[in-house]
Amino acid sequence: MGQAEPTGTDRESPDAGTGAVEEVEVRGHIVDSLLLPKVLDRILQMGGSFEIRECVIGTRRVDPSRAVIAVRAETPEKLDEIVGDLIEHGAWPLHAEDARVVPADVAGAFPEGFYSTTNQPTQVRVGGRWIDVLDQEMDCGLTVSGDPPTARCVAMADVPLGMPIVVGHVGVRVVPLERPRDASPFAFMSSRVSSEKPKAVSLRSVAGSIRATRQAGKKVLLVGGPAIVHTGSAGHVARLIREGWIQLLFAGNALATHDIEQAFYNTSLGVDLEKGEALEHGHEHHLRAINTIRRLGGIRQAVESGRLTSGIMYECIRSGVDYVLAGSIRDDGPLPDVITDTLAAQRAMRAAIKDVGFALLIASALHGIATGNLLPASVQVVCVDINPATVTKLADRGTFQTIGMVTDVEPFLRSLAAELAGP
Amino acid sequence: MVKTPWILMCPPRFYGIEYEINPWMNRRVKSDPDKAARQWQALHDALIGLGAAVELLEPVEGLPDLVFTANAGLVYRDLFLSSRFRYGERQGETPVFDRWFAEHGFRVEHTPDGMHFEGAGDALFCGETLFAGYRFRSDARTMSWVGDRLGVEVLPLELVDPRYYHLDTCFCPIAPNAAIYFPGAFDEYGRSVLQDRIWTLIEVSAEEAFSFSCNAVVVGRSVLLNRGAPKLARELERLGFAAVPLDLTEFIKAGGSAKCLTFRLDGEDAASWRTAASAATG
Repeated sequence: MGQAEPTGTDRESPDAGTGAVEEVEVRGHIVDSLLLPKVLDRILQMGGSFEIRECVIGTRRVDPSRAVIAVRAETPEKLDEIVGDLIEHGAWPLHAEDARVVPADVAGAFPEGFYSTTNQPTQVRVGGRWIDVLDQEMDCGLTVSGDPPTARCVAMADVPLGMPIVVGHVGVRVVPLERPRDASPFAFMSSRVSSEKPKAVSLRSVAGSIRATRQAGKKVLLVGGPAIVHTGSAGHVARLIREGWIQLLFAGNALATHDIEQAFYNTSLGVDLEKGEALEHGHEHHLRAINTIRRLGGIRQAVESGRLTSGIMYECIRSGVDYVLAGSIRDDGPLPDVITDTLAAQRAMRAAIKDVGFALLIASALHGIATGNLLPASVQVVCVDINPATVTKLADRGTFQTIGMVTDVEPFLRSLAAELAGP
Repeated sequence: MVKTPWILMCPPRFYGIEYEINPWMNRRVKSDPDKAARQWQALHDALIGLGAAVELLEPVEGLPDLVFTANAGLVYRDLFLSSRFRYGERQGETPVFDRWFAEHGFRVEHTPDGMHFEGAGDALFCGETLFAGYRFRSDARTMSWVGDRLGVEVLPLELVDPRYYHLDTCFCPIAPNAAIYFPGAFDEYGRSVLQDRIWTLIEVSAEEAFSFSCNAVVVGRSVLLNRGAPKLARELERLGFAAVPLDLTEFIKAGGSAKCLTFRLDGEDAASWRTAASAATG
């Protein structure tokens, strides 16, 4: 038998993320009898869409073939109508079992044997129907509730006592992401991490993705480390924000602190950003900057009082760009805007990423990985770092959709800002 | 040496239009028992005249359609795959057929529960492939099961006109690479499959199909069919077959004709497995 799995995936609407789904099996001499094309045609004619989940073609004439087709329709009624018709043509619904759901017996923990999620689109079978999981996120549990039922990912810490949680793998399935039919802007990146790629091409691809994301009405997320400021790139990022290319910023205390330090003293960690020399008592600058902001009550107050007049954080306030600053154990201060409760920071980031369509992770291992953990696999992630290990780490932790660019941050951001400013 | 064609028929002693399970049947249009008996006898005698050995199944009162032995099941070598009739009206025939086949040396098997299958009415070998009609009487899924059971290629074809509710009312293989068919009984997919897979495919006009000319019995180079298909007769002659027209009007009132009244026990002439078997034993 010739085994081809998974084979050609086809969809009427690639972003069909709603509606009811039923898997049917068609077997026999479905190629020569034209039953397979006929069944697929009928699904489309009746207003449904399909994906071929599995297709094994017999090699000898007497060998039967087998295809598993996921049929999708807008409503359960429409789906029943389509599946009812397909049965007439020999298709047979694969009555999978419903997912097993048990109430959480301990608050802040999943029941034993809980289903652990991935960042890929997932479906759960409830009441004989496959439903799409919302808020897809890796390393979470699945909760199912309501009528009609909905399913979503829930973090361990956010489980209240009694929350219905899916246990086991029965009735849960991961839907592999479709490879884009159009050549991806990153199609040339046959390897996912490389320093040996033409930078101009990579850069234009990033710029193209940012433009496409904005045109699609989605947000661009920037996750940045303090190296952005240390390398003298804060101005480029400020420009990207000012020109409307970034809608969301995730960072830690350090990026915001050194950005404000630069605004106040034109230094970063006490190094003069124009001369590149360490200034006497320069190491105190970032502490004085933090202290000033704490005295004023926060970054917004500093901007509104006219004390902070330039830089990344200034542009965020001015342009209404949301930011989440998450704290860590080594933080000085920190700035009053920094969320020091790690779980609270995760929740704030989780809430903020809902409409993100493109994420640019620059020079930040900690916040980059944290963000990668939260993003569904459908969000394109580009990670720019001088250190290839940062990108590798991200991929190793499951954010496999990451494209890595090994390059110095400053020329990258300078060129990106210039590219996006172009006609 | 060629094996003697071996055919099962059932005299129309209890035949009549007692219910309506296809568009041809109308209880107000009764069949004439004497005329039916004469027409049946003429078919029987014509088959004997062509050198066939005809077995007779004892008719059963209350089973008027038992005369249509073609729907008993499907024979493949010594296996008899018994029909699972869609309508209750005909389900009583199954034990009668099963008993006869068991008594005559066949292994009797059934399709799984709920899988409708009306035997040689809907499953016809042409060459090595089993062409199978579905929708009105047999299920497409059952046909795939049959293919698995027999280890043969099965091509299910949707029947789209309720007047041609069985495959043998609109399609008749006459040789391993030749068949007659009425295109209007199939959809585009079905027509494509037939055109692609059968070397010589003779189209029957709507008018001639309506006189049940596709429901023909093939014995060697003779094709026995209801009278009223002169164009088809000429086509058959051109290919070296002799059309044998018969009056079968009383049976058409029930939606059956020559083919429906016979069951080829040793495999149809168009079935490659029969030819191979004769070569092996001959």
